[in-house]
Amino acid sequence: MSTFTDPYASSRETTEGRVYSVTGGDWDSMVTEIGATKEERVVVNMGPQHPSTHGVLRLVLELEGETITETRCGIGYLHTGIEKNTEYRSWTQGVTFVTRMDYLAPLFNETAYCLGVEKLLGITNDITERATVIRVMMMEFNRISSHMVALGTGALELGALSPMIFAFREREKVLDVFEMVAGLRMNMAYVRPGGVAQDLPAGALTKIKETVKELRKNFKDNEKLLVGNSIWIKRTQGIGYLDLAGCTTLGITGPVLRSTGLPWDLRKAQPYCGYEDYQFDIPTTDTCDVYGRFLIRMQELEQSLRIIEQCVTKLEKLEGQPVMVADKKIAWPSQLSIGGDGMGNSLNHIREIMGESMEALIHHFKLVTEGFRVPAGQVYTTVESPRGELGVHLISDGGTRPYRVHFREPSFNNLQATAAMCDGGQISDVVAAVASIDPVMGGVDR
Amino acid sequence: MSTETSNGMFGVTGSGDTSGFGGLVKSVQSIGSTQRPFGGYFDQVADELERAFPAFSDAIEKVVVDRGELTLFVKRERLFEVAKILRDQLRFEMCVSVSGAHYPAEVGRELHVVIALLSITNNQRIRLEVCVPESDPHLPSLVEVWAGTNWHERETYDMFGIIFDNHPGLTRILMPDDWDGFPQRKDYPLGGIPIEYKGATVPAPSERRSYQ
Repeated sequence: MSTFTDPYASSRETTEGRVYSVTGGDWDSMVTEIGATKEERVVVNMGPQHPSTHGVLRLVLELEGETITETRCGIGYLHTGIEKNTEYRSWTQGVTFVTRMDYLAPLFNETAYCLGVEKLLGITNDITERATVIRVMMMEFNRISSHMVALGTGALELGALSPMIFAFREREKVLDVFEMVAGLRMNMAYVRPGGVAQDLPAGALTKIKETVKELRKNFKDNEKLLVGNSIWIKRTQGIGYLDLAGCTTLGITGPVLRSTGLPWDLRKAQPYCGYEDYQFDIPTTDTCDVYGRFLIRMQELEQSLRIIEQCVTKLEKLEGQPVMVADKKIAWPSQLSIGGDGMGNSLNHIREIMGESMEALIHHFKLVTEGFRVPAGQVYTTVESPRGELGVHLISDGGTRPYRVHFREPSFNNLQATAAMCDGGQISDVVAAVASIDPVMGGVDR
Repeated sequence: MSTETSNGMFGVTGSGDTSGFGGLVKSVQSIGSTQRPFGGYFDQVADELERAFPAFSDAIEKVVVDRGELTLFVKRERLFEVAKILRDQLRFEMCVSVSGAHYPAEVGRELHVVIALLSITNNQRIRLEVCVPESDPHLPSLVEVWAGTNWHERETYDMFGIIFDNHPGLTRILMPDDWDGFPQRKDYPLGGIPIEYKGATVPAPSERRSYQ
């Protein structure tokens, strides 16, 4: 056993071996220590448990007074091995895993993954229009709820409490819609290979129309509070600067890229899910700073509402169309329905497979336990998530399970820009810069 | 993907499977290289690359067009040159993703590195794939070409043990620094424990039947 003593963890011997108690340094002794040297350089560890680093992000900041000379990110504290896990589950079960990556944008994870599986299966064009429109509508609602967290927590971290209250009030409305449609408020595994888990419940479109109206009215509250607010502008304008050249070399997409003036949005550039049929604009600014990204997110809310309204009009015309692909070898055999004990398999389906059709029972059993086979090959599908390009790289070896699933997470990639945005700035601006990247650690660490 | 066979049906052996499916031998479908025309903008990309890069045939092992996506299999010795030309002359400004895949059956080229490129100017996407042997898992780092590959390469190293030469700081990124092994390799177990529920035991996910 070594005689090394850890300055941050005192140790004592027990019958179980040596036990360390990890503590922070004593502030007084640290101040005296710093005072004793002539050097101004201090290394500060921000996080991983810090209220304003968006979950378990650790920043190691090298400071010269209050000026940052070097920023380093430490990530991995939320790594759960989702990609590895999906290799041991069927293609359909994979949805339940990937929805938990970026937990603020679950529907984007699900849709990107399902688009990949469908492309591998070669059934992209067989997805019913109703299922696709529901996917688009749910994704746009999700964009709103995700931006609400970005704006709310971003403002909170800079000391503005009220915007957070308003933002979470709006997010709650969106989550109510999710609950009504999918049964869950987060991680709903609603989008499935071949379509969506279930059709909209009765009266859903009326409720959605009301929610859209309400959201549009309520968004004004935050707009009035922050847009043009002189304190907000002082904290965000010219902060976290990253120009187009920086964005391209670092692979940055999403609002950060659009704040350089480049209108790059995959919904327009490389449309998927029929986005080419919708009318909407791509908001941009050319300030390359935190304020610009904030304005983009605010304007994207209105664009999402526009898309949702067009979805509702389409869905009214598509009433009665199935929401799952017609191929019985791929479509999930049962439908969900609300029973006396909550949501579960439809009782009609249970009645059929248990009482009437042996073949239906065998089919259900085979598809649920074994799953479907996906022809060998690899694909890379992308969607425009609230944070940028969400790419899914899927490899199949022809089996009932994915051979490899890799998520190209925009949070993971964009977090690399932290150093470029923060170095040379003030320590108080780190929080604003990181908030403008809007990293979700569940997505970063997967 | 190489030509190989798979045995059995359930992915587990020694479980007393008496169904007869255990003796099943199937050949696994493989995707060979594609001949011209590739279709879409792929011919144009290949032509331009050939023009800009005289050693094209030496550097590109094969070209695969599958499901509307173009994959160039690049020799690792030439990867850095090819990447630079793709960025500077074919205007693939962004490298959006670097990740890996492990094919233990492909002897001598077990580890694949998959690089996704995006051209905003031309609105094009292509994929580079580089194969390296497990015994010598080296290939040049592309951080000098696209700075954003930094973390992606670290993750690929962390998960597969693929070493990117000349990377500015190739350390683990998601796993702890002192971790043993590379979790995304196929010979690395998933782990997990059997679950007891109402007297019955459900095996860990990696021990369950897998229906190959």
